[in-house]
Amino acid sequence: MNPYYDHAHLSKFGDIAEGAPELAKKFFEYYGAVFAAGALSQREKALIALAVSHTVQCPYCIDSWTTGSLEQGADLEQMTEAVHVACAIRGGASLVHGMQMKAHVKKEGM
Amino acid sequence: MTVASLRSRRAPLSSSAIQLDILGRIEIDGSPLNFDATLAHAGSMPLAPSALEIFQINLGKLCNMTCGHCHVDAGPDRTDAMMSREIVEACLAALDRTSVHTVDLTGGAPELHPDFRWLVEEARRRGKHVIDRCNLSILLLPRFAGLADWLGERGVEIVASLPHYRKRNTDAQRGDGAYDKSIEALRLLNRAGYGTGDPRRVLTLMSNPAGAFLSGGQAAMEKEWREALVREWGVTFDRLFALNNMPISRFLDWLVESENLEPYMDRLARSFNPAAIDGLMCRNMVSVSWDGRLFDCDFNQMLDLDALPDGAAMRIEEFEPAIWQRRRIVTRPHCFGCTAGAGSSCGGATAGAGADGNR
Repeated sequence: MNPYYDHAHLSKFGDIAEGAPELAKKFFEYYGAVFAAGALSQREKALIALAVSHTVQCPYCIDSWTTGSLEQGADLEQMTEAVHVACAIRGGASLVHGMQMKAHVKKEGM
Repeated sequence: MTVASLRSRRAPLSSSAIQLDILGRIEIDGSPLNFDATLAHAGSMPLAPSALEIFQINLGKLCNMTCGHCHVDAGPDRTDAMMSREIVEACLAALDRTSVHTVDLTGGAPELHPDFRWLVEEARRRGKHVIDRCNLSILLLPRFAGLADWLGERGVEIVASLPHYRKRNTDAQRGDGAYDKSIEALRLLNRAGYGTGDPRRVLTLMSNPAGAFLSGGQAAMEKEWREALVREWGVTFDRLFALNNMPISRFLDWLVESENLEPYMDRLARSFNPAAIDGLMCRNMVSVSWDGRLFDCDFNQMLDLDALPDGAAMRIEEFEPAIWQRRRIVTRPHCFGCTAGAGSSCGGATAGAGADGNR
C-alpha cells in the first residue's frame, strides 16, 4: 500500500482530534461555518473548494469536494470548468512571474 | 445510459429476495446495517403510523422509458404487471372507507393504464387531490396528445421526473435524448397552464442524483433550477422536490456493478438525520400494488415487504383503516435512503429547508 495516501483516512479525518482535541473542535466548527450558506451559496462554495483542492493537489479534498459539488447539483461540465479556473490561475501565476525574469534580464543584460 | 429491465435480462437482482439478501449482508465498521437500532438510538422506535393522508396506487410496471435508477424495474416489456379493473374498483371502494386528502397515481407510467382517465375522474368526483407521477416523455406520444389539457381541466397535480436542469446528468440517468424530450414536454405543460402559479395546474419537478451521492439542499436547488430553466428554455415550474436514490432494483444493480454499493450505504447510514423521521412517507400513506397487495411505501412494495397490520398481510379488498393504523412499519437497510441528509419522501425533503445533508 502507498504509505502516503490511504483512501480510508478521509472518513476517519475526525480522529485527528486525538492529541489536540480543542484545536480540532475549533477547526471543524470553523470549517462547518465556512461552508454554510451565506453571501455565497453552498453550491458556489463547493465549486470554489473543488478548484482550490486541485490547486493544493490534495486527493482527499478532491474526492470530498467532487462529491460535495455533485450533491450541490453541479454536473461534470460545470466542475471541469471550475478545475480550469484553478489551472488558469496556476498557469497565469507562473507566466506572470516571467515579468520578474524579464526585468532581471534587463537589469543584468547589455 | 441505456438499460433493459432486470426482468428481461433475467438478472439475479430481479428477485426481491436476492436484493434483500445483498442489503442484509452489508457491514459498516464490522456490524450489519441495522435501521431499527438506529431508530431506537434516536428514540423513534417503534416507527408508528401517523394519520392516513395519502392513498398511493401503483397501476403497474409498464413504462415507455427504461431509466437506469428505476426502483420499479419498469419498462416497455413489463406488460406482465398491470392492475386489473377489479382491483382498480377495489381501490375506489377502499378509498371510500378513508378520509385521505390525496390519491397518488404512480407506476411505471400510470397514464399507460387503460383505466387511468376513469380512475382520475372517480377520484376527483370524490373530492380528492390527484397526483400523476409523470415521466414527461409520455406526453409527447401521439396517443397522449391533449392529455396535459385534460389533466389541467381536472386540477390534477403533475409530479414530473427531471434529474437535473442540464442535459448531461438527465441523459445519464434516463437515457440519451431524455433531456430534450423532457424540455419539450415541460413547454407543452406550460402551454397547458402548468407551472405558472395556477393552484389547479401545479407542476412539481422531482430530482434524483445521477450517481452514488446524496441529494443537495432542496430550497437552494429549486432557486438555481428556476433561474436556469427560464434562462435556457423559458420553462417554468411550481416547486422542486429533491430525493435520494433508493438502493433497490436497477439502482442497486448499478451500485453493485459500479462497486459503489458499500460506499453509498456507508454514506446513507452516516448521514442519518433524526429530523427526517417525522415526515417519512411510510407513516401517512397506504401503497397499493398492481396485484392488490398493501405496503407501507412504494419501496417496500418493490421488495415484496408486505405491510403487517395486526401482524398479517392485508389485501385491498379487505382494507380496513382502523386495522391499518395498528401496523408497525416494516423496515430494512434500504430505509436509510429516506433518512439520509435532508430526508426523502414522495413529497420531497422531509427535514425542512435548514437541514441540508451532512457530508
